[in-house]
Amino acid sequence: MTDSALRKTPLHALHLELGGKMVPFAGYEMPVQYPAGVLKEHLHTREKAGLFDVSHMGQAFLSQGGALERVTPADVKGLKEGMQRYGLLLNDEGTIKDDFMFSHLAGESDLYLVVNAGTKEGDFAYIAEKLKGAATLTPRPDRALLALQGPMAGAVLERHSPGIDKLTFMKVVRATIAGAPAIVSRSGYTGEDGFEISIEAKDAERVARALLGEPEVLPTGLGARDSLRLEAGLCLYSHDIDETTEPVEANLVWSIGKRRKMDKDFPAAEKIMDRVLNGTARKRVGIRTEGKAPARDGTEIADKSGRIIGQITSGGFGPSLGAPVAMGYVESAFAGDGSEIDLIVRGKPMPARVAPMPFVPHRYKRAT
Amino acid sequence: MSETRYTDQHEWVRIDGDQATVGITKYAAEQLGDVVFVEVPETGRKIGAGGEAAVVESVKAASEVYAPIGGEVTAGNEALTADPAKVNADPEGEGWFFKLKIADKGELAKLMTQTQYDAFVKGL
Repeated sequence: MTDSALRKTPLHALHLELGGKMVPFAGYEMPVQYPAGVLKEHLHTREKAGLFDVSHMGQAFLSQGGALERVTPADVKGLKEGMQRYGLLLNDEGTIKDDFMFSHLAGESDLYLVVNAGTKEGDFAYIAEKLKGAATLTPRPDRALLALQGPMAGAVLERHSPGIDKLTFMKVVRATIAGAPAIVSRSGYTGEDGFEISIEAKDAERVARALLGEPEVLPTGLGARDSLRLEAGLCLYSHDIDETTEPVEANLVWSIGKRRKMDKDFPAAEKIMDRVLNGTARKRVGIRTEGKAPARDGTEIADKSGRIIGQITSGGFGPSLGAPVAMGYVESAFAGDGSEIDLIVRGKPMPARVAPMPFVPHRYKRAT
Repeated sequence: MSETRYTDQHEWVRIDGDQATVGITKYAAEQLGDVVFVEVPETGRKIGAGGEAAVVESVKAASEVYAPIGGEVTAGNEALTADPAKVNADPEGEGWFFKLKIADKGELAKLMTQTQYDAFVKGL
């Protein structure tokens, strides 16, 4: 794809003004980092607050939201007003077409959806097709999405929307941010407390500038977004999960609703429930190395006899840990915490262990 | 008197008699971003021109450092192993990767001068 074919978010000009280093990502030209660099942006987000442009993600409204249960094992119908939830979009074979967030805004019948950037066109076509006659999907490319993440995010946003800091994790409201109508959820993808803020494209730059004007807030690029979510043990679609992975082996059974498990009324439910009961051949696990060399995506994992037992799907350096960090899939016999394995880096076995995730504890602002 | 030459892979090589010191350019260090891991070659290893000599990894990516000219490694900069951030702080000074005893000075002719390298980077 040539650069001219890349799409731009409503904050593109602001990224350039801030010195963002622009790279192609999911069909968009996006900032991988700003002049501070990935390390500082990452550490600043964990210490204070980082602002991310995630406007490339797909936003949509769905009438008759309950119909979405045809394509996800999440409990959609049971989601209370003012709440947001994580779900998996499954294909007919029960493998993962995407992961997404859905929200039930108070007093509104439409469900608000956010899906991944690289998959949005396919997701929207798939949902519209599978729900034809039962619900209407309305993509909203006219909306921008910002993520404000970090322990000071609440105090910062409160200055621009009095009362917003009362929201707790996975709650969602319509609010006004710096004068702009917004959908605000207390969520994110860094493991930190924070918000995702959906606004009209025309308001995006003004809201972003207002938040960046706060002394705690640093613009933060995709590089730090990736290292933050990896330390938090969160999956990146197309790396850690895709249409070759199933919910059980990906360790995402928690996203399947209890009622849905009983009713077995989601795609490939019999197969998936069989996996829940009888296990899978492989499992997604966290991995820590003893050495300092990061193991990147695609690195082979071997047992101590040299037999290949899996592969790294996300790997790199964890700035908050000051050490390499990775996740990947291994044969289930090796999935227990502490299992000794080798990562084959540049042809040489590097000692590593299966380790619990998240690598950095989540610090969400929970209700209780 | 020393002289410095450059490769299109963004290594620099400083020549002092039959000794060469090799590192990555300021441009390369900026492109990589924050360096978090460095692996330097062991003393005594013989490397041909263009051979893989060292590894440098930033938060974002891993990349190889190639030997601009052939020779025998006389030193690896172990200080980088302990403090990889030196590569960003002073890429063309303290952030050197390894030293070589030059096998064939004739190979230097194929490398770029500073003026040529600056023009090359400008064209990227």
